[in-house]
Formats: sequence, structure tokens, C-alpha cells
Amino acid sequence: MLSNFMINTWTVASLVAITAGLVGFFTVIRGASFAAHTIPLSTFPGAAAAVLLGVNQVLGLIVAASLSVIGINALSRRGQPDVATAMTLVMMLGLGTLCLSQISQYSQQVYALLFGQVFGISQASITPIAVIDIFAAGALLMLFRPLLLSSLSTDLLQARYLTATRLNLAFLIILALASAVALPVVGALLVFSLMVGPASAARNITSRPVLAMGLTVLISLFTVWTAIVLSYVTNWPVGFFVGGFGAIAYSAGRGALRIRRWKPSPIS
Amino acid sequence: MLTVDSLSVGFPGNQVLQDVNFHLPQGSFCGLIGTNGSGKTTLLRTILGLVTPDKGKIETGVGGIGYVPQKIQLDPFMPLRARDVVALGIDGHHLGVPLPSPSRRRAVDSMLAEVGATEFANRRVGDLSGGQQQRIMIAHALVRGPRLLLLDEPLANLDIRSVAEVIALLHKLVVEQKITVLLSAHDMNPLLPVMNQIVYLAHGRSVSGAVEEVVRSSVLSSLYGYHIDVIQVHGRVLVVAAVGAEARTTEMAHEPVHVTSIP
Repeated sequence: MLSNFMINTWTVASLVAITAGLVGFFTVIRGASFAAHTIPLSTFPGAAAAVLLGVNQVLGLIVAASLSVIGINALSRRGQPDVATAMTLVMMLGLGTLCLSQISQYSQQVYALLFGQVFGISQASITPIAVIDIFAAGALLMLFRPLLLSSLSTDLLQARYLTATRLNLAFLIILALASAVALPVVGALLVFSLMVGPASAARNITSRPVLAMGLTVLISLFTVWTAIVLSYVTNWPVGFFVGGFGAIAYSAGRGALRIRRWKPSPIS
Repeated sequence: MLTVDSLSVGFPGNQVLQDVNFHLPQGSFCGLIGTNGSGKTTLLRTILGLVTPDKGKIETGVGGIGYVPQKIQLDPFMPLRARDVVALGIDGHHLGVPLPSPSRRRAVDSMLAEVGATEFANRRVGDLSGGQQQRIMIAHALVRGPRLLLLDEPLANLDIRSVAEVIALLHKLVVEQKITVLLSAHDMNPLLPVMNQIVYLAHGRSVSGAVEEVVRSSVLSSLYGYHIDVIQVHGRVLVVAAVGAEARTTEMAHEPVHVTSIP
């Protein structure tokens, strides 16, 4: 499990977990879970197109993620954000279907894109993933306070002469980058669970924002590491364990909050 | 201090404010009264500089502006304590993760004490009552020491006790710190004991001055463009607006409501 081959897996999975944890914290408190679901799925055609054209898959993922951010942002200006997000998802999935129909080695590629292939990470993939993850995490930490303020109220942000739409666009770009590099690890279908599960648990465990963000990263790392070990041992997909731990973490967080808020009835 | 001079604000197909004028000396407690859609929020956002006026000018003096927006729907699971909200009032627009700072903590503690929120400072803000949340939002707005405080419908959806507590807190701040308060509301009655100025908006136009000068039948009839009666009942002010054979009543607490036909 600690062979040279697996070192790539541990390295990339840890980087992805840290960034997904940071992004996931703001995804949850900003109520952007639908966007976090849509953008990874929207990167799917990018990966398919990259396979079709024979170019670097990460490049394809980033291009598709950028297109989905542009789509969500542009359509949101003229209508409801959730409808805009849904329409972007539909358009991108349609494009993905077209690309996949042109790929001859269909089933294996589809499986890898949808459910991840963390054990197949090459040495050459590490550097671009690391650069993008570090950039995304750094940008998010820089925007920590404005993002927190706008999560409370966009009016409060605007009262400080910061533009909510620009900040939202910046957040979507960071979300897209984090999704693009997480996709090869946990797959398009389950990136969402890595972003939402740990953050949902952490926000229920503590009311301190910095602590909640740190806890999100720890739960995310624990989720990915444990999933890799179990996947290695059982040969079951990593995504299955990531999704499962996401749900368990969320339930544990809700339980912790319920215990803390529980007050004995005054009537015995 | 706040001076609004010949202010007009419009959006495509909708002239919201037209030639609005008023002046508030430092230490004024002013109610910005009007029905829903009368332009109260637009006026506050224009004073903040978030809306560009078509014409007119605004002078706010020195010391910055504090702002409490309309009721925020807080997620009860939001990992944010009351003291974190106040701290965001100091440096929420700065980049980076906040580092521990004794001076920042002292400023937050002092502000929390000022608004009577020390006892729930460490509680999750989503768990607080409406009145407690408004105290925190006021502390957030005031923690940088502005001399002008704008509040957009801060009394909406609060119970009677919380309304009285928020008004008492604002009055204390006006008296002790000489802050100028401009508070929008559609019900002037809770503000009557403390308000020394009123700006009344209707149909995009305004009248302003002392309450007893403005809330009069002749003044409001001129503002609305039809006959208005001002009635006092048990210390509360009711405005009855008659249009033709139809009567519309507003207690200032509601939009004009069709109640009955009065011959």
C-alpha cells in the first residue's frame, strides 16, 4: 500500500481532499450544493473530449469546468440561479453524451470518469493537480473573510463596496478548479459528496468558522485516506467509500448538534 | 449629520425617488416612514453609495456609515458565533484568514457589551432570537465607530418586546454617542417616543421635519395627492386616506388596505 505506485495515489488524494474540504466548507455555508453537484458533472464532457482528441485529461476537465462556470454565471443574470445551474448541467451532459458516443473504448473510460480511478494516477499528473489545488486553496483562503461576510448577507458585503457577483464568480471558478482536479480521484458522480459531506458534519460540530473549516479538511482527509485503504483491501470503488463516509460524517455531525442542543424537559 | 438635496433616483420605467430633500443634524433619531415600495430601501442604498442617483447630492459628514440591512434569513447551522458577526464588521472586507488579535477581541467585546449582547456572544448566531440577532447586526454596523447608522426595516418580524428593546438600544446610542440614526419602517408608532425627525415617503416624493409638523392631514394630503386624515387613538397614529367613495386605511403599520366604503 506504500509502494511507489501508491505514493502517487496518496499524494494526489491528499491534495484533492484538502482543497475539496476548503471549497466544501464555503459550498455548504453559501448554500451552493447544487452548483457543487453540477460543476463536477459538467466537467465530464471535457474529460470525454480530451480522450477523444488525445490531449491531457486535466486540460479537458478545466476547459469544461470553465464553460460550466461561464454558463451558470451568464444564465443566472437573466433568471433564477438554480434554473441557470440546471440548464448548464443539461447542456454539458448533452455535450458529454455526444463526446462519449465517439469514443471506441467506451465502457472503461466512462467508468473511470464517473467513479474515479485513484489507483491509476500517473507521475505526470501530480504536478498539474498540485499546482491547481494549491492555487485554488490559496485563493479561497485569501477570500475567506469576504466569502464569510457574503454568506451572511450580500447586502453587508455590498455595504463594504465589494461586488457580490464578482465574488460569486471567483468562488465558482475556485469550485470548478477543485472539481476538475478531484474528478480523476473520486469521479464525477462523487466529487459532490467529498465537498458536501465533511463540511456539513463540521458545521454541526463547531460554531467557530475557522475551526469548522479546519475540521472539514480533517474529515475530508480521513474520508479519502480510509476510502483508499478500504478500496485497496476490498477492490471496491473508492467513490463508494467516499460517498458512504460523507453520509456517515453528516449523520454524526447532526447527532452531535442534536445532543448539544438537547435540553431536558422541565416536565418530568 | 446627513443632508439629502434634490435627490432623484430611477430605474428603467420606474421613477423611485423624485426631488427628495431633508437634513438630519448630528444626534438625530429619524424614522424613514412609507409603505412597501415607496422607495425606503432605494433611498438608504443611495445614501450608502450603492445606487447612483439621477440627480441631487448627498452629504454624510465624516466618520463613515454603519448599515443594518433588511432581515437576514440566517441558516441555523451556519458555523458563526455572534462575536464572529461583530468581528466581520471590523475587517470582513479584508483578505485572508483572521489571525488572533487582542485589540480586535477587545473591540468586539466592548461593542457586544455596548449593545447588551455579552451573554450570548459565543452562541451560534442562527440560534438567537430575532431581537438578539438585530442587536448583533447593530453591533456589526457600529463596531468601526460610524457617526451615521442606517437601518432598513430592523423592526420587521420582531415581537413587541424585541421591538421595544431594539428601539431602546438605538435611543441609548443616539443619546450617549450622538450617533445619527435613520431607520426605515412602515409603522411609526413604536418610534414615536424617541423619534425627533421623520422623513415620510410616498409616490417617490418626501416630506420631512419634526413628527408633529409632518404627520398632519394637510401635509400628508399634499404628499399623497388626495385627502388624508390623521387620527390619534390611544396614543397611536392612524392615517385614513379617502379616495372618492372608497376609503383606504393605513395605521402606518401596513400598506393602504381597502377596508370599507365610507359614504
